[in-house]
Amino acid sequence: MALLRCEDITLRYEALTVMEHLSFSVESGDYLCIVGENGSGKSTLMKCLLGLKTADGGKLILGEGLKRSEIGYLPQQSEIQRDFPASVEEVVLSGCLNSRALHPFYTKVEKRRANEQMECLKIETLRKRCYRELSGGQQQRVLLARALCATKKLLVLDEPVTGLDPVVTTELYGILRHIHEEHGITIIMVTHDVECAVRHAKKILHIGKGTHFFGTCTEYAESAVGRKFLDASGHFEGGKDCCRPRHREEAQVNE
Amino acid sequence: MNELSLILTPEYFAVVLLPALIAGIAVSLCSSLLGVSLVLKRCSMIGDGLSHVGYGTLCIAVAMGWAPIQVTIPVVIAAAYILLRLSERGKSHGDTAIAMFSTSALAIGILVSSKANLTTDVSHYMFGSILAMTKSDVILSVVLSICVVLVYLLFYDKIFAVTFDENFAQATGLNVRFYNLLIAVLTAVTVVLGMMMMGALLISSLMIFPAVTAMRICRSFKRVVLSSVVISVSCFLLGLMLSLWLDTAVGASVIVVNLFAFAAASAAAAVRKKHMSQASAAEQTAKNPKI
Repeated sequence: MALLRCEDITLRYEALTVMEHLSFSVESGDYLCIVGENGSGKSTLMKCLLGLKTADGGKLILGEGLKRSEIGYLPQQSEIQRDFPASVEEVVLSGCLNSRALHPFYTKVEKRRANEQMECLKIETLRKRCYRELSGGQQQRVLLARALCATKKLLVLDEPVTGLDPVVTTELYGILRHIHEEHGITIIMVTHDVECAVRHAKKILHIGKGTHFFGTCTEYAESAVGRKFLDASGHFEGGKDCCRPRHREEAQVNE
Repeated sequence: MNELSLILTPEYFAVVLLPALIAGIAVSLCSSLLGVSLVLKRCSMIGDGLSHVGYGTLCIAVAMGWAPIQVTIPVVIAAAYILLRLSERGKSHGDTAIAMFSTSALAIGILVSSKANLTTDVSHYMFGSILAMTKSDVILSVVLSICVVLVYLLFYDKIFAVTFDENFAQATGLNVRFYNLLIAVLTAVTVVLGMMMMGALLISSLMIFPAVTAMRICRSFKRVVLSSVVISVSCFLLGLMLSLWLDTAVGASVIVVNLFAFAAASAAAAVRKKHMSQASAAEQTAKNPKI
């Protein structure tokens, strides 16, 4: 039984059908990148996986005892968050809300969990700092720590490296690899960065207008759609820079 | 000054001023708590829209001879639900729809009250009349304020989550719609209570000012909420004293004090920012002495 399976999904955005007949499955321990052109329905599909939107056709099945509320989510930053007065600790703790039953305040267990995630992402020294005053990379770590508080199984990321410089991008991919390999968390990432997707992920889901591709990275690189996309991104995005293997220590987050 | 010593007799204090103080503090407290969420969620206009609906309903209630506050509260709660649905429709349409809905309610209320020739009776709800509140109004204000504060405290963490990131909260299983509705209902109750004190025209600024002032100087949500409460209650007390001293309208005086507090906080924030950028520049020079 797969962790998550989509069968013949159709998605509409307002009156427009953005995606039809999409089927794929995510096994426990997978690292899946979802790529595709703008407007191909990547974000709509992700909303559907998270339960923020219902599918307009087909079925989405969660397996292995995974509950909807146990999916960790790293959203794109909203305008509201850019000037929101919240401390790092408050933001990370809010990831623990889904495990809480009815009692109104955070328990010691939840606080410990938040601490562990802050330590894991090396942001424990920032805990009293204001979220809006952090750098882009630090903010992504905070949101990642919050997502990890919410899940032990599956992490869904929405274009996590958009707007980050190459060094911070490389760091973030390193962190994700660590989370995936050491903590055994399954990752689904929506991304524009197709070169890094091929380099870091195990499987690729390419959503195109009319045709979809789902398979391993090697299969993708050899497929017609994959070759076309990779060639284009190599020329226009200069994406190779951020995909170089890490040969430097992670930059200091302490200030 | 002479007037002040004349009106501040023990009887006046016990009969007029004390109830006004108690009710005012209670309502200032509620409005500052909810103001933080409204400002951060970018829906300050819901508070304003609700005050329009509230005033319209009051006009009709008075014209019909119903108990004004007891009728208005449920109607404004229902309006809060409708306004929330309208604002979910997407930004541009939501704004227009809220403006149309709330001003229509106001117009109908004024129409009814002008037909019944009651404009003078209801005009004190337009500008507020805290010193003219009856004993039952004060008791109702205090009881409802306590309810609002308790519910807010009970759901504080969830209100934070819904305010900071609605999508994440919903994705991780929080019933976002319920908590948005809860915020709207609490806002509705606060708006009606505040209308008696500040008047329909000024109540939304009583919710917004303390929150925005607190956001200038604080950097965590908890501190913003606590400071907002302190700022709101102190501005109310100062404003009330000022209005007694200068013989001005209470509501307007409270808002003007709030305006000064906001200006002071903005100045303090600007100074701190300058100081911080100087400090970080000095740090940079210390690290790289050659540059």
